[in-house]
Amino acid sequence: MINFLALPLPTLALHIPDGFLSLPVSLVTGAFSLVLLIISLKQVEKDYQDRVVPLMGVCAAFVFAAQMINFPIPGGTSGHLLGGTLVGILLGPWAGSLVMTVVFIVQALLFQDGGLTALGANIFNMGLIGTFGGYYLYKVIRLLFGFSRWRGMAMGTAIAAWTSVVVAALFCSVQLAFSGTVPLQFALFAMLSWHFVIGIGEALITLTVVSYIWRTRPDLIFDSPRPSLSPKL
Amino acid sequence: MNHSPSRKYKTFIFTGLGSALMIAVLLSPLASNHPDGLDRVAQDHNFEKKAEINPPAQKLPFYAIFDEYSLRGVPKSVATPLAGLIGTLVAFGLGWGLGKIGSKKSDSPDSPS
Repeated sequence: MINFLALPLPTLALHIPDGFLSLPVSLVTGAFSLVLLIISLKQVEKDYQDRVVPLMGVCAAFVFAAQMINFPIPGGTSGHLLGGTLVGILLGPWAGSLVMTVVFIVQALLFQDGGLTALGANIFNMGLIGTFGGYYLYKVIRLLFGFSRWRGMAMGTAIAAWTSVVVAALFCSVQLAFSGTVPLQFALFAMLSWHFVIGIGEALITLTVVSYIWRTRPDLIFDSPRPSLSPKL
Repeated sequence: MNHSPSRKYKTFIFTGLGSALMIAVLLSPLASNHPDGLDRVAQDHNFEKKAEINPPAQKLPFYAIFDEYSLRGVPKSVATPLAGLIGTLVAFGLGWGLGKIGSKKSDSPDSPS
């Protein structure tokens, strides 16, 4: 029944609604996301085999479903998986970015979740920060702590997933502040303190999924652990 | 190389899609309805009212079908699970479709992956 109050949606998460961002911020974030997505599409065309196609569908489905499930955190707030780092780990940054974009488009168009004018910002914050930033951080950590060992995999996964959420909150705060919606110091403190905790949820869920795939189908991980099967490196 | 789209791979894909559908259908009614991160900050710092009350997405035809994550015209208890089911399948289809458009056919010059 909450929907009958004309107040904002109970399902925002980091999803920025229409009205929070100024036109310049919408345009800049939109243009930035668009450029990264065009590059991603080109890279997928260049590099990926069609064997990855079903996995892209599954990742989009999983992230969409998981983003519906808000988990409570202490203090009467909740959060949900963003999934950018997870999808980056499984599909690599290029196909991963396309998959995350699909999810945000479905949410915004079909379910009025996340503003259409904030779509570029939402794709960037909750998607591309994970699929690029999260992915490359994970990869560095994994290379440092054991590329083909679970220890390196787990550390890279957990740290990158947590960091991607905190960085997403940071970017979101800056965008809100630039838009004149809320002063930066308030936004930063409030957003970061909640998302420090929400990030732990992100790390746990990402780790759970990655550990399942590591045990069952490690060859499906973009940087697959057995060097003989790994196309990169 | 050895990448026949094997039965094992198909099983994995079905397992993945199946878990996504289970999450969307079975867990969605259990999701916390506490305000989430940005929502909470918007309330605490009094900018939630800046959110557009009639956002442009409400002018799309989909708004006649879904009121946020609720399918319209069905009993309240199944509205969110059904919205989740449909949304998950749409995401699956679009993710697959985009991949299909982008990626190479493996029967074209088959560079070993």
